[in-house]
Amino acid sequence: MTANTLNPRRLDSSERPRSERRGLARLRPALWHVIVLVLLLFLLYPVLWMVGSSFKPTQAIISTLSPWPKHFAGSNYSTGWQGSAGTTFSTYFLNSVLISVGAVIGNLASCSVTAYAMARLEFRGRALVTGLAIGMLLMPKEVLLIPQYLLFHKLGWVDTDLPLIVPKFLAVDAFFVFLNLQFMRGLPRELDEAAALDGCGPFRTFRYILLPLIRPAMATTAIFTFIWTWNDYFSQLIYLNSPDKQTLPVGLRMFLDATSGSELGPMFAMATVSLAPLFALFVFFQRNLVQGIATTGFKG
Amino acid sequence: MSSPTSTLSAAPRSGPGATAAKKAKVRPGGRRRTNGAAYIMLSPWILGTVGVLLLPLLYSLYLSFTQYDLLSQPHWVGLQNYREMFTADPRFVHSVWVTVQYVIASAPLKLLMALGVALLLAKPRRGQGLYRALFYLPSLLGTSVAIAIVWQGTFDVNGPFNQFLNLFGIKGGAWVSDPSTVRWVIVGLAMWQFGAPMVIFLAGLKQIPRELYEAAEVDGAGTWRRFWSITLPALSPVILFNLVVEMIGAFQAFTPAQLVGDGQGGPVDSTLFYTLYLYQKAFTEQQMGYAAAMAWVLILGLSVLTGLLFWSSRFWVHYGD
Repeated sequence: MTANTLNPRRLDSSERPRSERRGLARLRPALWHVIVLVLLLFLLYPVLWMVGSSFKPTQAIISTLSPWPKHFAGSNYSTGWQGSAGTTFSTYFLNSVLISVGAVIGNLASCSVTAYAMARLEFRGRALVTGLAIGMLLMPKEVLLIPQYLLFHKLGWVDTDLPLIVPKFLAVDAFFVFLNLQFMRGLPRELDEAAALDGCGPFRTFRYILLPLIRPAMATTAIFTFIWTWNDYFSQLIYLNSPDKQTLPVGLRMFLDATSGSELGPMFAMATVSLAPLFALFVFFQRNLVQGIATTGFKG
Repeated sequence: MSSPTSTLSAAPRSGPGATAAKKAKVRPGGRRRTNGAAYIMLSPWILGTVGVLLLPLLYSLYLSFTQYDLLSQPHWVGLQNYREMFTADPRFVHSVWVTVQYVIASAPLKLLMALGVALLLAKPRRGQGLYRALFYLPSLLGTSVAIAIVWQGTFDVNGPFNQFLNLFGIKGGAWVSDPSTVRWVIVGLAMWQFGAPMVIFLAGLKQIPRELYEAAEVDGAGTWRRFWSITLPALSPVILFNLVVEMIGAFQAFTPAQLVGDGQGGPVDSTLFYTLYLYQKAFTEQQMGYAAAMAWVLILGLSVLTGLLFWSSRFWVHYGD
């Protein structure tokens, strides 16, 4: 085997980039594709099973391996949408959208302005402020959980959207401040100087010069803020109590409890609905997503 | 959005407002001081950092030395919360043990998955970008409640996982309701989300100079030899980074424990993860002081472990010169 494959490879090496021959690269392309696709099939099976099962009658879900439904039943969606105890998924969905969009707007506005001031303006205490901002990256959220809850409790914000949105307008997500800061540091300072010569103050320089240029960082900020807020079960569980305030993650959980797992069809239908916006994001922004991770090296 | 200013050449445009020309003071160094504008722009961040991060941090330290049930005032008890944890609360000790087991299993296994797939995807082939994105998809969805529920169904007694085992004549157990296996179901869910370390490994693999492999090949090193002697050492800084990030993340796991388990830490406390217990103490039993102390113990423990990892790195991490 090795003797046979040796020669063609030697021939190849003269015309192909050598990196192709590293490690597992010896696998022939077709075999490589087969391996990758089989792996993906196993990996994505739970997702396929969820989407497929959402069209099956409940009793046919657990016991069948094939994700493909024999008879399509759209009724799971209409049944599931009714939710539990009088609160429909329209409420959950709307609340999730509201909180996620609010968080995105907050992070976009606050993190970009903060990063601009730290990256581009000269002011007293600049080193301290920038150091502190980066130090906040290490701030453990578990320790803040209880005092923040007490703070918002005192302010009378528990059971409103405010604890989930307002802090985003105060640039408390150190990671995104850092991301924008690093991105802005990479832009040439001559831009600001030219703008200043033309009479632009800091605000106009930010608005008309820097803001259009940091769009990639803003895109990463927006996408990940949305995903993390959309999936954030923990804080929504803590801060939202009354049924009409609930979001999708909490609503799903309540639906599961109310039906004690007996209505799997509607359950899976609503699970699919709750992930639909993430699928959409994935389809439109898959390049940004993966690059965002690669360039910044954080977990998603 | 006024787009003409998005390039350098278009930037020095003189608009109607430019006549205002409120130039900032120019300092001897030539750099302009813009104290006023800077503080205005930083005011949200200052308010957030002091009000929502730093003061709460101090307050939680204070709370950890008190008893506080939200109704009456916090009552100073000194070190009692900390003492109680380690001497009089077997559930706490148990939750530490459950969490440590989970971290030891899930972080390395997840990194192994990530590295394996990264090696597979590392070479330029058609469709590579799409594949990479698809392998990342579970990480995008995995922290959601929806997936936790689906995961529970997948490993149900009659669920697809056991159906699949049946094809090979293996009879699977009741993975989720059996206290001895439910943690592995949760470990599986963590492994499933290997996308972020995978992408970082891919970036790391790209950095390895090709010449190393060529030289090794000339010297007759086989695939395994090259993997052990070149790829792994060259990747070791990235492995350290991923290990630290995943370890910290695993210690904080909450959603999978709350949703794949029964939400109370069961069956028989087998999913009583640290953060789940902390949540119960704070929001079910309203013992805010005790929960605050638990949070501080977690953070101190994590700092020590992270420090140990960095210390150990001198023996196994190679930084290229």
